Amino acid sequence: MTHPTEDVFAIEAQGIARRFGARWILRGVSLHVRPGEVVGLLGSNGCGKSTLLRMLATLLKPTAGSAAIYGHDVVKNADEVRRNIGFLAHTPGLYDDLSARENLEFAAEMIGGGHEDIDALIERVNLSHVRHERVRGFSAGMQRRLALGRLMLTKARVLLFDEPYSNLDTDGIRLMNSIISEAARDGGAALVVLHELAPAAGLLDRTVTIRDGRVADPTAALLAEAELAGAVGAVGATGAVVVA
Amino acid sequence: MTSPASSLEIQVPKAGSWPVFGWFTLAFLVFAQWYAIATSPADRDMGDLQKILYVHVPASWIMSITFALVFVYSLLYLWKGKDSYDLLAASSAEVGATFVGLTLVQGMIWGKPTWGVWWTWDARLTSTLVLFLVFVGYLALRAFIDEPQRRGQWSAAVGVLGAINVPIVWMSVRWWRTLHQMQSTPQTMEPVYRNGLLINFLAFTLLAVYLIRRRYEAAMTARAAELALQVAALRGG
Amino acid sequence: MTRVRSQGGDHWRRIRAIAWKDLTTERRSKAGFNAVVSLGITILVLFGFALGPDAQALRDAAPGALWLAVLFAGVLAFNRSYQVELDTGALEPLLLYPGARWTIFTGKLLANMLFVGLLLVIVVVAGMVLFAVKVPDAWPTVIAVLALGAIGLVTLGTFYASMASRSRAREVLLPLLLFPMLVPVLLAAMQASKALIGADMMLEAGAWIKMLIAYDIIFVLATHLAFEHVIEA
Repeated sequence: MTHPTEDVFAIEAQGIARRFGARWILRGVSLHVRPGEVVGLLGSNGCGKSTLLRMLATLLKPTAGSAAIYGHDVVKNADEVRRNIGFLAHTPGLYDDLSARENLEFAAEMIGGGHEDIDALIERVNLSHVRHERVRGFSAGMQRRLALGRLMLTKARVLLFDEPYSNLDTDGIRLMNSIISEAARDGGAALVVLHELAPAAGLLDRTVTIRDGRVADPTAALLAEAELAGAVGAVGATGAVVVA
Repeated sequence: MTSPASSLEIQVPKAGSWPVFGWFTLAFLVFAQWYAIATSPADRDMGDLQKILYVHVPASWIMSITFALVFVYSLLYLWKGKDSYDLLAASSAEVGATFVGLTLVQGMIWGKPTWGVWWTWDARLTSTLVLFLVFVGYLALRAFIDEPQRRGQWSAAVGVLGAINVPIVWMSVRWWRTLHQMQSTPQTMEPVYRNGLLINFLAFTLLAVYLIRRRYEAAMTARAAELALQVAALRGG
Repeated sequence: MTRVRSQGGDHWRRIRAIAWKDLTTERRSKAGFNAVVSLGITILVLFGFALGPDAQALRDAAPGALWLAVLFAGVLAFNRSYQVELDTGALEPLLLYPGARWTIFTGKLLANMLFVGLLLVIVVVAGMVLFAVKVPDAWPTVIAVLALGAIGLVTLGTFYASMASRSRAREVLLPLLLFPMLVPVLLAAMQASKALIGADMMLEAGAWIKMLIAYDIIFVLATHLAFEHVIEA
């Protein structure tokens, strides 16, 4: 196994754009995440943050531009990219009629890893008491935790999270944060799509804001973040900032 | 870093000298039909109805050619990913479906006076009908998908599988007929008819090529317009 | 993280996992299989009304009716086999596991083979009863014909369903794409069964069986090669 050299970005996107039918969702986004970083991706609903994440995860092909994970192009070396990433989607994508444990066993078989870690993982995500129950009966929060366990099975270096905090209680949020920060150790990285900053407070090294399909400039981004954090009121039409 | 996943620019093929080719083809077709009709005597059983053979048989040959084109262009699209291959395959399928539809109607026109019925489960007619339905499935699939990349990939896969099936359908329907020997199908061809038939094969092939080319040009123009709109939307705003 | 291990072993592991998962979720989903079998038998009964009540006419029509019943009922099974992933959004995680995409198809194919195979056995037995067909002397060959026909049917059905289940008008699109493509299989299976049941020319059945084998090999290969393009788009 080759460790990434210092000058290879964990995640790199150059002018990435994506069209759905007649509409452009992303119009040219460039971003770089270095090994060891945890970066937050912000923007209003429908701005394309999820689409960007899914392209990095090789689930969608870019219409223009390119992206790479540790230097592996997401289109040309898609399989290699998949070995290096883990993706926590907004929908858990679990099998309702399998038990929690069976879902993880299936994932382990597909990944090719052993089953030794499964019980420990179930323990870690706090689902031991329902390990043999069918996912059909799980709450949304429990499903997200199980999906998190499945993510950890991959032992991937780059983790991509799409709005991971929905439906999680305080303990769940703490669990999620510990896993995200672990990802960034040992040359890994994490990119987290958020719609509010509060749960990830203290976790992120920096944020990137998507607006109108492009990366918003830093000043605007800072203001947007401050807005989200509730420190300031709306930005007025003249650009004057009203402090609440 | 390197190239985008799919091109945002496409070359619209120019009409060039194709319209001239079109006129030539039309003229040749008229000539070929006249030649065949004028030079072949009436068949002892079918009389002058035999003349329709000159449209019916070449048209079903065209079906095989267009399927072959769909096969080749679909494979090329799966391999290279260029929009033009997808549109060539689709154009070939459209022209092919039209020709096959024509063939079936002609077959029925020929059948009514000959056997007194609109349809017989004649091997050629039946295979043609089945393959027509395969074309219809291909075109229906394209109609149901809006996203161009998915449409291209899925119809290419369906096109390749459909084309592979052509000889198999042909063979199996023929066995179904001949192994049971229920109704003899007129297969024998007197030499005197052969020239007329060959000339018409050529004429119909040229016609098909011309139609596919024009259809392809139209499709590419539409696609280029669509892309231009989108590139403008990308740059603006 | 790379480990030295055989690629074949990897493929088989994925195939087995998916086949197990499909069969288990189907078994636990309650009544899926039963509904499809009931439909198959209902169709047989309707054919009985359409073609009967003359006993000889029914006996002659039995192979045809049987295959059509399996075909119409089987179409439901094919779309269902992707339903599990589509309902819960589990297709994306499935595509994200590193490894050859065609193994997903093989796994689903094996699961569907078992499902449709069982359906076929039940419908055959019901058909023999309803249409008064005696067990033919050449029954091992008949079983071979049934198996070969089922392989062709399930292979193309599973393949086209991977597209139809994800598009609009899925109920009409799957039969529309599938049925014309299955003409050779249906002809071969029906004619061969008819020949063997009627103790007619064994030679005739032999030719059809060869064709079935060729068809199966060609399309099993072609669908596996094409699957990757279709599942990603």
